[in-house]
Amino acid sequence: MRPRFVLGKVAGALGTLAFVLVFNFFLFRVVTDDPIGKLFRGRNLTPDQIEAKRQQFDLDGSRWEQFWAYITQTLKGNLGDSILSGRPVTTEIGEAIWPTVFLVGTATVLSMLIGVWLGIRAGWKRRSGFDVGSTTFSMVMYSVPDFWIGMLLLALFSIQLDLLPTGGFETAGSTATGLAALWDQFGHMVLPCATLALAYIGEYMIVMRSSMLDTVREDYLQLARAKGLRDVDVRRKHAVPNALLPVVSLGALSFGYILSGAIAVEAIFSWPGIGQATQEAIRGPDFPMLQGLFLVISASLIVANLAVDLAYGVLDPRVTGR
Amino acid sequence: MSDHALPAGAAAPTFSPKAFARQRRRAAFAEFARAFRRDRLAMLGLVILLAFVLLALAAPLISPRSGLSVVASQDNPRWASPSGDFPLGTDHLRRSGAAQFVWGSRVSIAVGLMATVLTIAIGSLVGIVAGFFGRWTDAVLMRLTDWFLVIPFLPLAIVLAAVLDRSLRNIVLVIAITSWPATARLVRSQVLTVRQRLFVDRSRALGASRAHVIRRHILPNVAPLILANVTLAVPISILTETTLSFLGLGDPNLTSWGKVLEQAQSEGAVLRNAWWYYLPSGIGIVLVVLAFTLVGRAMEEILDPRLRERGR
Repeated sequence: MRPRFVLGKVAGALGTLAFVLVFNFFLFRVVTDDPIGKLFRGRNLTPDQIEAKRQQFDLDGSRWEQFWAYITQTLKGNLGDSILSGRPVTTEIGEAIWPTVFLVGTATVLSMLIGVWLGIRAGWKRRSGFDVGSTTFSMVMYSVPDFWIGMLLLALFSIQLDLLPTGGFETAGSTATGLAALWDQFGHMVLPCATLALAYIGEYMIVMRSSMLDTVREDYLQLARAKGLRDVDVRRKHAVPNALLPVVSLGALSFGYILSGAIAVEAIFSWPGIGQATQEAIRGPDFPMLQGLFLVISASLIVANLAVDLAYGVLDPRVTGR
Repeated sequence: MSDHALPAGAAAPTFSPKAFARQRRRAAFAEFARAFRRDRLAMLGLVILLAFVLLALAAPLISPRSGLSVVASQDNPRWASPSGDFPLGTDHLRRSGAAQFVWGSRVSIAVGLMATVLTIAIGSLVGIVAGFFGRWTDAVLMRLTDWFLVIPFLPLAIVLAAVLDRSLRNIVLVIAITSWPATARLVRSQVLTVRQRLFVDRSRALGASRAHVIRRHILPNVAPLILANVTLAVPISILTETTLSFLGLGDPNLTSWGKVLEQAQSEGAVLRNAWWYYLPSGIGIVLVVLAFTLVGRAMEEILDPRLRERGR
């Protein structure tokens, strides 16, 4: 990999990060000219209290002093304190990250496997019953708000059939340990995970299918058939490996969206992750928390994109050319 | 040579540039309509779409607005399941579910359309300016577009909506600000190919101004693509409005389908088994979004030659 390629990609990512930082600052302090008033909407504060609040949230000083303080503090890893809990925003986010990564990560892998399998089948026999069925399914799933799938699953499996818990990460007050605790957590994860997987499958299915449709016309498949290979072998050994490439890049990019992938769905299942933290911060409103969440979510996406770009450089030397 | 023998005026209308252009446009539209009618899914989408637009427009005739008012609903039962009086039941504030469904379609579709128009306007403007003027204008605008493309869409919409006041106008604004970059990129690439065409050079050589070239040559050639893009952008706008309203960022004074789902969630309609409260709005969203997607896909396929030959 050429150093120029790596440097260029890293510089691009840093530039985007800087844009997000500046944008984040101006969004919260300039778009609302009176953050304190907006925060304590409808509550009467004495001028002294307002002044104290201004100091607490670094709102004293000129705009440029504020900006400088924001940049230096952020670079030191200090995102301020949450208004709702009073704890540092970084602690709050740090605790919320893992449940989300666990949930969305599992759902992403699941939907990728199922979507790719559906796409291979559908693309191989175009216009077959399977193709029409799975394409229709994907189109419909693409049109459904993800959290509404969650509501339906919750109504069916937790309320009507009473099979699974209605929400949370584990049964509250449970003293179970070891395998029993793990089983309990697994039960809590089934519905949110299925919701997200259903919401994501369509995208993978459609991409895999159209990639298969392109591959089916290739000459080397004709050759493979002419050699007398069975249909299954032509598909498995010759078509699929070549058609997988677009899905691989889609899958790699999707890992950047892990943190923001379940914002509304987590609310349905009270899953204690980034989504629920976001929803609580909106309801507050807890601006330091929202600001921190936005920064962390954006940064994770930028870093993931950079990683994918660099990985491509290693895998495909043509990308780094020139 | 025989052309010269024709009596003056007889053939002239056909060859006047305006009439010629009009005739060609009419032929192109007829061809488009023919291809569209052949696509059964697209026609299905169109029918669903028309039905819901009719519902939204006729809302006041179908269900009086007072059905949304808590005060006017005081005598209704709470959480009533569907019956003759209340075809879609009632909610925690005794309001009729049917009224909320009918009026919700209005807000959801209107926000979807308005946000899309604004999105496409911003995106097309940026795309045309960047593609037509090139050089540093292009570089600066595309850098900005890329930045907005990289920022995760929903979190950006959430922080914007959280900072602004809750109102219909701001929701439209937020959706437009978060979704214009994709349109800008698409329009720019189309402008770049149109700009290379001979008739643009010829027009410039004849002394046409830039404004004239953009208006008469660039825009008409980019317009079909923009139109298809509009149809595909509406579903995204509607889904974004739904999610933002569900997260409590919608206009507190208006009932949209997303708002109904938010209330269903916060009042525990699912736990109460009050399916009449969360099913209709969700189905409405799915149908409208699906209809727009079906129509948009068909349009894109007909209008975009690269997709046309591939088929589906």
